Amino acid sequence: MALDQLYQEILLDHYKQPRNKGVLDDANVRLELKNPFCGDEILLTLRVADGFVEDVAFAGSGCVISQASASVMTEKIKGMRVAQVREMAEQFSELVKTGHAEAVSAQEDDDLEAFRGVCEFPTRVKCAMLAWRTLLQGLEHHEHAHPHPVASNPSGAQK
Amino acid sequence: MLTDLRKEFPLFSAAANRDLVYLDSAATAQRPQRVITAMNDFYAQDNANPHRGAYRLAERATQHYEAARAKVAAFIHAAAAEEIIFTRNATEAVNFIAYGWADHHVQPGEVILVTELEHHSNLVPWQMLAQRRGAILKYIEFDDQGHLRLDQMEERLRERPRLLALTQVSNALGTINPVAEIIARAHEAGVVVVVDGAQSVPHMRVDVQSMQADFFVFSGHKMLGPLGIGVLYANQRHHAGLQPVLYGGDMISSVDYHHSDWNDMPWKMEAGTQHVAGAVGLAAAIDFLGEIGMEAVAEHDHTLTRHALEQLQKLDRIILYGPRENHAAVISFNIGAIHPHDLATFLDQRGIAIRSGHHCAQLVMRKLGVAATARASFYLYNTLEDVDRLIDGLNAAKEYFGKWL
Repeated sequence: MALDQLYQEILLDHYKQPRNKGVLDDANVRLELKNPFCGDEILLTLRVADGFVEDVAFAGSGCVISQASASVMTEKIKGMRVAQVREMAEQFSELVKTGHAEAVSAQEDDDLEAFRGVCEFPTRVKCAMLAWRTLLQGLEHHEHAHPHPVASNPSGAQK
Repeated sequence: MLTDLRKEFPLFSAAANRDLVYLDSAATAQRPQRVITAMNDFYAQDNANPHRGAYRLAERATQHYEAARAKVAAFIHAAAAEEIIFTRNATEAVNFIAYGWADHHVQPGEVILVTELEHHSNLVPWQMLAQRRGAILKYIEFDDQGHLRLDQMEERLRERPRLLALTQVSNALGTINPVAEIIARAHEAGVVVVVDGAQSVPHMRVDVQSMQADFFVFSGHKMLGPLGIGVLYANQRHHAGLQPVLYGGDMISSVDYHHSDWNDMPWKMEAGTQHVAGAVGLAAAIDFLGEIGMEAVAEHDHTLTRHALEQLQKLDRIILYGPRENHAAVISFNIGAIHPHDLATFLDQRGIAIRSGHHCAQLVMRKLGVAATARASFYLYNTLEDVDRLIDGLNAAKEYFGKWL
């Protein structure tokens, strides 16, 4: 059943036991976004330093898709280079919109792969993307405020 | 109950929709073949720019358009066809009142009164008006059954507001407001009243004269008419005070190099080439509803709503929002911890279309303390079987999500 393609065990697991749920006290990136479609809200807090996401947490409530997506995202990006985070966001977006994202499959990343079923439910793409959109906007704000070293460090060779 | 109406609506015979249980008529209704045919015939036989050509074809287009206006006037019992202004939808109609009337009459520091029940279309234009005019926006709250607090309204009326904007039927809770009573009280206090009829006109007989509305708005597409046509009723006593909002063709009587004079009402409010096919389709929808009879439509909706409320109440962990009695054909609910979006996706797999979200009524959601609700709404083509399939679907959803929610 198509429904089981959407509501996969991995999503249910993340929904039931969300990872990195909460608010970081020492965050230097903080952004709240609403899904205009349903009114669900997410508050994302990150600590970004030297071009890396050192820590991340999310708060808010929403549907299975949006909550599981936020939970998986925080797990994936913790410790990741900001440039790499952007790439992953793009791949994830492609995955949930079109079902195609070779890079994701190549990494055999089951947690991200589990969201492939979303592409069969176009009205739910916004739910899956809410956390990622918040993340990208948050990073953009951060870069405007701190042009170095994130933006000037495309190779990430610093660390 | 009305029966056999489903076959009048071609959408339900389309291959993709044979099994569809459509429970989102509060968002937009479906159209009977008659409406589609009327629009088609207009384009195929009588299309021209109304009010402009000196040839017979243009005269026919004009006649269609003005006949539709007269039909709308009769349908809501307006005193004259000139009180009917065609707009794109109810939202545009509210904006016309805000820019065309309120901007010229609301003074800085005056109070604008709205209710917490409002759809964003009858709320955001007033927020913006308050900002433009330096007016103060105040609210009438609703109680735990979704009824407006009329005691609070009395208090607010003592503050001499300039204008009160309220909905006749709540799209989020199904509350039916006693608008005639409210308008009478508001008029005693010298307050001009704007009524949002988007959810009432499709479902009940509306009489703008007996309710004494100053302004009344509704959309064609929620009452079996086409998308893109709406109505602004403006009582004649406000015609002199209502100024054009859009300028251009057909809304003028004469144009000079640096000055123009306006056409008469209602044409001064209808700049540019009008949506004649939309008006024609709306007129056909009114004919369709008229033949069935609004009392019969209301009775049908009521039977479905009563049945749905009875069945929903039996479900474990159901939360029903809105009034317990005298409930319009739109029911908001939640079941346990299942998010309305997940519920809607699940039901969609079974061919049941419900709405999930904030229903463009975020103040209502805020008051209820939820981000979203599920919403089922009914209309004349729905059946008791549709309601039963919804209930079956909800039971199945509880089972499916029950493992982990």
